Amino acid sequence: MSMTSEGGHGAVPTGPEVPVEPKAATARRDWPLYECFVRGKRGLNHVHVGSLHAPDDEMAVHAARDLFTRRNEGVSIWVVKAADITASSPDEKDPMFAPSGDKVYRHPTFYEIPENVPHM
Amino acid sequence: MSSSTLDRPTPPDEAALQALFDATIAAGHRIEPRDWMPEGYRKTLVRQIAQHAHSEIIGMQPEGDWLLAAPSLRRKAILLAKVQDEAGHGMYLYSAAETLGADRADLTDKLIEGKQKYSSIFNYPTLTYADVGVIGWLVDGAAICNQVPLCRSSYGPYARAMIRVCKEESFHQRQGYELLLTMMSGTPEQRAMVQDAVDRWWWPSLMMFGPPDDDSPNSAQSMAWGIKRHSNDELRQRYVDMSVPQAEALGVTFPDPELSYDAETGHYRFGAIDWEEFKQVISGHGPANAERIARRRAARDDNAWVLEAATAYAAKQEAAA
Amino acid sequence: MAHEETVYEALDHAHGGEGHWAFGTGFDEPLAGVDTTVPDGVDPAELGEYCLMLGDDALVLAQRLTEWITASPELEEEVAVANVALDLLGQARLLLARAGSVGVLGRSRELATGSIPDEDALAYFRDADEFRNTALVAAPNGDFAQTIVRLLVAATVRLAVFARLRESRDPVLAAIAAKGVHELAYHRDHAARWLLRLGDGTAESHRRAQDGVDAVWPLLADVFSATDLERRLTAAGVAVDPSSTREEVRSVLTEVLERATLRLPEWPAEAPPRGRLGEHGPEVAELLGALQGLARQHPAATW
Repeated sequence: MSMTSEGGHGAVPTGPEVPVEPKAATARRDWPLYECFVRGKRGLNHVHVGSLHAPDDEMAVHAARDLFTRRNEGVSIWVVKAADITASSPDEKDPMFAPSGDKVYRHPTFYEIPENVPHM
Repeated sequence: MSSSTLDRPTPPDEAALQALFDATIAAGHRIEPRDWMPEGYRKTLVRQIAQHAHSEIIGMQPEGDWLLAAPSLRRKAILLAKVQDEAGHGMYLYSAAETLGADRADLTDKLIEGKQKYSSIFNYPTLTYADVGVIGWLVDGAAICNQVPLCRSSYGPYARAMIRVCKEESFHQRQGYELLLTMMSGTPEQRAMVQDAVDRWWWPSLMMFGPPDDDSPNSAQSMAWGIKRHSNDELRQRYVDMSVPQAEALGVTFPDPELSYDAETGHYRFGAIDWEEFKQVISGHGPANAERIARRRAARDDNAWVLEAATAYAAKQEAAA
Repeated sequence: MAHEETVYEALDHAHGGEGHWAFGTGFDEPLAGVDTTVPDGVDPAELGEYCLMLGDDALVLAQRLTEWITASPELEEEVAVANVALDLLGQARLLLARAGSVGVLGRSRELATGSIPDEDALAYFRDADEFRNTALVAAPNGDFAQTIVRLLVAATVRLAVFARLRESRDPVLAAIAAKGVHELAYHRDHAARWLLRLGDGTAESHRRAQDGVDAVWPLLADVFSATDLERRLTAAGVAVDPSSTREEVRSVLTEVLERATLRLPEWPAEAPPRGRLGEHGPEVAELLGALQGLARQHPAATW
């Protein structure tokens, strides 16, 4: 039996004998997955903080309140069904991002400014 | 040219993807959910994250057993908040596993069916209230040793979940140690309870770091992938080194006659661990294994009608909208 | 603790340094910083007794809800139930501490040593006949549906009382109520959201929800019945006469049940107060056994 310790609370088996592939979902359990976004304080963007399962939008936003703001971490919450998110593409390293990767001139650090010029 | 060709550019070949993956790891950058990754990397992560999540959820039980009887309202509130945190930690971790194509309900089924495990430490019973303190101090202390390096795990969602977990976990260790300090300044019975709990939990907490490095075949690959950052023995040694002075400050001893400071290495030497016991406990023969799983199963099965009800209501609302 | 502090400093430093802690300052002394002077013309013993009524309701319901931890339908609900229980526990601590601060400790000090704070002396070292909670909060949970119905009813009643209590002449009660209304509104809404889903979910959940309603409704019999003490304190501008909340509570519950497609049972005939006078069924002694057993084994201990 092969084990790892870095399973947080201690050694658990990690060898191929431990199954990981999901079975077909059962009807009982199809509470959809929601992605949750929290505005930490006024003036900040909503930031993705994680996900949870809920039967519908209303329950999701309240579950997010209970889970992600129990130490007063937020002033506003968004939730959205994970299935409703349109992502840029299956692979975040694919051509959609490649073109801007070489446009380094968009970034302020591209420009070398003498150190004695203030407030730049 | 058909539009489908336009929509789907030909995927890069596997060797190129592998090279990109290797370069990302080598540069110390994070792998993110939609990135290509080797199948072995994905499966290893699902196993590790799922069983970490199971440990958080099953780990609610040994301490949860004292929730109703916590001996002061302040301790009750602290313990309830702590056990609640563990539910939250389990949820953060299941979420991370779900970014890899796993499904939380299915992972829970695998736990209940005994196909996936949880940390052996939670198969020991909590006999007195001092156990609540010792779990916070030693068990959560060991967990912190394991988890802090995971905040730099190569898999982004896991690393982010761990940062959140680690921040919250420091409250757990502190409340435990503070409880023990308070008990040590209490009655003689309370002091005896603390020492007894330390005697029972010390060796199991050392086992939390897993088998010795020369008996841990998966570790090398996990370290190469940046899933794991330190070897089992390295982390165990670090844990012993930080725990001994804490025990001294508390006024308790560890049940190991061989424990001694080695001035040459700057580390504490400790006695041999009984790995036979470890194998028994993790194989499901621990004192509380059946009880832990039975309770998790009851929570799932006795309340399945609640989940069905909410699903049915949501479907009705959607149909009416 | 030096070593793990360094571990955490490093971690905190690396990730923005905004540590969020579970509890704010003042956690150890629930009434720290609040003016605890008893208003003119109010008998401190009566004020303390009234605090026990409100405090015991919260403590007992928190204990019942805590029984769900590790047994909830989903992990999301574990977290939600724990939040509700923690809110109620917080209210209980404030109210019991207030009772203690005006010298109302019952017979608890016959057993509890001086090292035990008032709130714990009251929670752990009073017998059932000294508890002032209603039967509504003490009844066993039943299944999830019944638990939700009871939470809905208890939170609706308590919210109506607390909303009025914000005007209390006792500054401590007014402050506790002002904080509590936000918590209670959330508890009530949580329960109402669930009851809509259970009532209008599946045939089984509808049946269970209706059974839960039918089991809980009789417990309303003495909820609106004021004791003489409550009447006197209401006249003095300190307390809330529960009978003044009856219509509001009925209207809220009627609306929720209607929307949940559940049949509204007949309102039970008003009965004289029992729990408020320390008369309880055996379930209270059973609940207190679980709550108090360990603390009573070690009456000289500090935790």
